[in-house]
Amino acid sequence: MNMLSKEEVIKIAKLARIALTDEEVEKFRTQLSTVLDYVEELKTVNVEGLEEVSQVTGLVNVQREDKVVQAENHEAIFSQAPETKDGYYKVKAIL
Amino acid sequence: MDFAYLSLTELRKKLDHKEISSLELTRYFLARIKKSDLNAFVTVTEEEALAAAKDADDFISSPGENPFLCGIPYASKDLFCTKGIRTTASSKILDNYFPPYDATVTKKLNEQKSVLLGKTNLDEFAHGSSTETSAYGPSKNPWDSTRIPGGSSGGSTAAVGAGLSPWATATETGGSIRQPASLCGLSGWKPTYGRVSRYGVIAMASSLDSPGAVAYSVEDLARLAEVLAGQDEKDSTTSPVEVPAYSKKLSADVKGLKIGVPKEYFVDGMEDGVKQRVMEAIKEYEKMGAKIEEVSLPYTKFGSLVYAIVCPSEVSSNLARFDGIRYGHSTREAKNLLEVYEKSRAEGFGNEAKRRILTGTYVLSAGYYDAYYKKAQKVRSLIIKEFAEVFKKVDILACPSSPNVAIKLGHAKDNPLFGYIADQLNIPGSLAGLPALSIPCGFALPADGQANSLDGLPVGLQIIGPQWGEQKTFNAGYAYQQVTDWHKKHPGE
Repeated sequence: MNMLSKEEVIKIAKLARIALTDEEVEKFRTQLSTVLDYVEELKTVNVEGLEEVSQVTGLVNVQREDKVVQAENHEAIFSQAPETKDGYYKVKAIL
Repeated sequence: MDFAYLSLTELRKKLDHKEISSLELTRYFLARIKKSDLNAFVTVTEEEALAAAKDADDFISSPGENPFLCGIPYASKDLFCTKGIRTTASSKILDNYFPPYDATVTKKLNEQKSVLLGKTNLDEFAHGSSTETSAYGPSKNPWDSTRIPGGSSGGSTAAVGAGLSPWATATETGGSIRQPASLCGLSGWKPTYGRVSRYGVIAMASSLDSPGAVAYSVEDLARLAEVLAGQDEKDSTTSPVEVPAYSKKLSADVKGLKIGVPKEYFVDGMEDGVKQRVMEAIKEYEKMGAKIEEVSLPYTKFGSLVYAIVCPSEVSSNLARFDGIRYGHSTREAKNLLEVYEKSRAEGFGNEAKRRILTGTYVLSAGYYDAYYKKAQKVRSLIIKEFAEVFKKVDILACPSSPNVAIKLGHAKDNPLFGYIADQLNIPGSLAGLPALSIPCGFALPADGQANSLDGLPVGLQIIGPQWGEQKTFNAGYAYQQVTDWHKKHPGE
């Protein structure tokens, strides 16, 4: 089995914005390697000339009229936020 | 009086004829839920249910026709947003989430004046096939509480299987309706992709997610499909294809129906009892005049491999929205914005969700995209093509829903490949967007020791149709349930 390196797992976790403990890095290193090993057999399938499919029922570019509607549930939406100020979401300083 | 396990049609009659009120019915099921120890529900909405029942009774008392589901209680998988009612996806990251809006399915059921009893348990974000990845602990199989109910819709199938609710909503991405319906002895409907709106259903893998239902019979499912299906402007992947009056068109005549039996669906490691029951069910169709033909779907074995890439890829994208800022769990430990993201997600997501996000992030990352995601989506096109070819020869496919009956609790946990193997007979159809049913077709002894019941545990027959071929699958399931009574068997009876 090809094992991912510790550094690769740390890099992926950084991209995915999930803080991992050292134990988790080790656990996911093994588990991700198991999954990647499992899908290895796909390499044997000849897909030359084939299109990728992601929309299975054949719908293309479904659009709706671009019209402004008033949302009436601001309060309910903001009630779910951990922190708000003056009708905005509050986040930590970036700089 | 005993109201558990009655069909929706029977409940409708009793309500219309004032033999019972919605309030009595609701109290009856709430009492059963209270007594149950299957951990089928994350949240029981007693107060809201009693108010909705009174409202339904008022409506029934007023002149005019009642909607089919008016006053009939139901349970909803805790993945469907319910306005003002806690919706967790069985994840700690949404432990305290009260959606400001209703899913389209919820809205339709509210318009019918259905009565929501509560929100059912599932694998966290529907990631799993046993409910064991739920942040609220596993649900248990009503036939044997030491075993899994299947998943991810296992709370829904435990609830309906134990007679705690006459039916329940459920969702599929790759087997999450068929497999638990099979393991709990119920009828489950996995719709064609785009038949039922995904709006307000917490997303797992958007190119696969298909909301559906579990109930006691195909007739009930056909009635439910008429309510749940249809185009929705809030989900652009729903189809303009018309929704037929499925229940009115139900026909038990299968003479001349061509049923394909895909040989690749009788996999190594399948339990003998499962295979026997399914072959007996196919024989039953032959007796009714259907034509049975062995067919081959050689790419079947690649289905789970494609899914093992496509599903986590879409999961990693869909779960990116949980940032600890707008809703859901937010860390108290962060010093800067990046730490808000990283720690909120670390604290909120469980092991399975983390693994799928990381897997998806890896296969979508620069340098790997072509080798994994693009390749998988190309192989997916081969699976779709192969089904299309086979449906030129046969009307429907018949095969097992799961390679085994319910396994013991604890055996699925922390096996990163469990779901891909448990759902290998469901995943190819999901990748092709096909409609399917699982219906009870008997009992078999588990391979891993004794069952509580001498007869064993429920086995499910899977019926797969071509896209938009719901009617064909409903008819085939209905025909079988006219000549057998496996669907009328319930635990403890």
